[in-house]
Amino acid sequence: MAGLNKPDITPPRWLLAELTYACPLQCPYCSNPINYPDYNNELSTDDWKRVLSEARKMGAVQLGLSGGEPLVRQDLVEIVSHGRELGYYSNLITSGLTLNEKRILELKNAGLDHIQISFQASSAEVNDFLAGTQAFQQKKDMARLVKKHGYPMVLCVVIHRQNIHQMREILELAIELDADYLELANTQYYGWAHRNRDQLLPTKEQFTEAENIAQQYKQKLEGKMKIYYVVPDYYEDRPKACMNGWGTTFLTIAPDGTALPCHAAAQLPDMQLPNVREFSINEIWNQSAAFNWFRGDEWMKQPCRSCPEKTRDYGGCRCQAYMLTGDMYAADPVCSKSPDHATITSITETTQENDLNNEDQPLIFRNPKNAAHRHNPDNSK
Amino acid sequence: MAFNTTLSINLAPGHRLQWEEAQNAYVILYPEGMVELNQTSAEILKLCTGELCFDEIVARLEQLFNVQNITDDVHEFIQVAFDNGWIKQT
Ligand code: SF4
Ligand code: SF4
Repeated sequence: MAGLNKPDITPPRWLLAELTYACPLQCPYCSNPINYPDYNNELSTDDWKRVLSEARKMGAVQLGLSGGEPLVRQDLVEIVSHGRELGYYSNLITSGLTLNEKRILELKNAGLDHIQISFQASSAEVNDFLAGTQAFQQKKDMARLVKKHGYPMVLCVVIHRQNIHQMREILELAIELDADYLELANTQYYGWAHRNRDQLLPTKEQFTEAENIAQQYKQKLEGKMKIYYVVPDYYEDRPKACMNGWGTTFLTIAPDGTALPCHAAAQLPDMQLPNVREFSINEIWNQSAAFNWFRGDEWMKQPCRSCPEKTRDYGGCRCQAYMLTGDMYAADPVCSKSPDHATITSITETTQENDLNNEDQPLIFRNPKNAAHRHNPDNSK
Repeated sequence: MAFNTTLSINLAPGHRLQWEEAQNAYVILYPEGMVELNQTSAEILKLCTGELCFDEIVARLEQLFNVQNITDDVHEFIQVAFDNGWIKQT
């Protein structure tokens, strides 16, 4: 456990409420756990209200309402209005399915601050193939309605090999829809994306080309649209500062009430994750072993321990370190100083451009049939 | 982009200015982000409600805080706020 020199604990700023893992889509890069059906014992409306109240009291101010598809929750409006009363800035992160004008208005009246709609791609064909269902036209319609009702419009597209060739068209789509913000998020290879990595990871050339296009548009659209480009960390030589440091900023609550310092923490060994059904947010944030595990730098090994950059990236992502090196205390292998860096380069060097729907190795879609279960965790590749 | 000193200034859609007890500071909140403001910046943004133009904001601040010669400093901050997309003119 993070040792004797207890670092100062900062209050949470972000509460990420994963209201449900139910979702009408089947994105093969979904960041939900591969055993997501195990989380179906969902918190009640009152549980969520209490979680919001307690976290707000501690200092959380940004509220992310996500999932799965948060619109599946029938009590969403009630949760939103409770959040607004408490003074949260609330962000709804949705696929746009099951949204309609009536609901947009109800949410607006309840005090929702913004709606982020995800697109899988810039064309109906690729979008609906990746979503595993017809969704493209609905998403476009909803994006227009969101704008019409005075919300800032935020589009989010997860980028990978199946859509990276559409970078220019994706940017044009955002212009067509008059987006205020566009988030271009290169896939992070956890969970479902990790299972599908061989079909999702673009080549270095594809990345470079796509990034150039994004930067070009960024300049061209300055002052009109804010473009966030999330870099693909496999092609960097330093890891990202995961979660802005473990237990410093973000508090994620899974649909069943499990509290997570990072949304992939459930896969780490020995980590007993506290549940909001048993503990208060204060106890969870300040006292639980899980949230203290990687606070500060006492837990670090070399090369991180004596590295001058450790205050900037905190040794990178713990889950990535565990997934790729088998040791959750190791440096994130994305780092070129990591003794395991070759595991990343061997992955990036062997990745190849290939076509959609490669028959030898089809994409594994996120659905109950493909999910792993607690009693059958081996259904992982 | 330079802003127009004769048009009124408003917070951009989806932006909120709010006092945060836990941070003991004003913050500006926007989609998926926030910035903690120092007191001066917060006092300027409080006047960006869509009624006043730049000169009027300066005059109001001079009057409220009994200060003078603040035009350049206010101009600099308003420009930063514009560049960050926190405020808008219509
Ligand atoms: S990534 Fe796709 S499948 Fe996963 S929750 Fe989001 S919309 Fe649903
Ligand atoms: S050695 Fe560790 S702390 Fe240093 S840059 Fe690499 S990951 Fe970060």
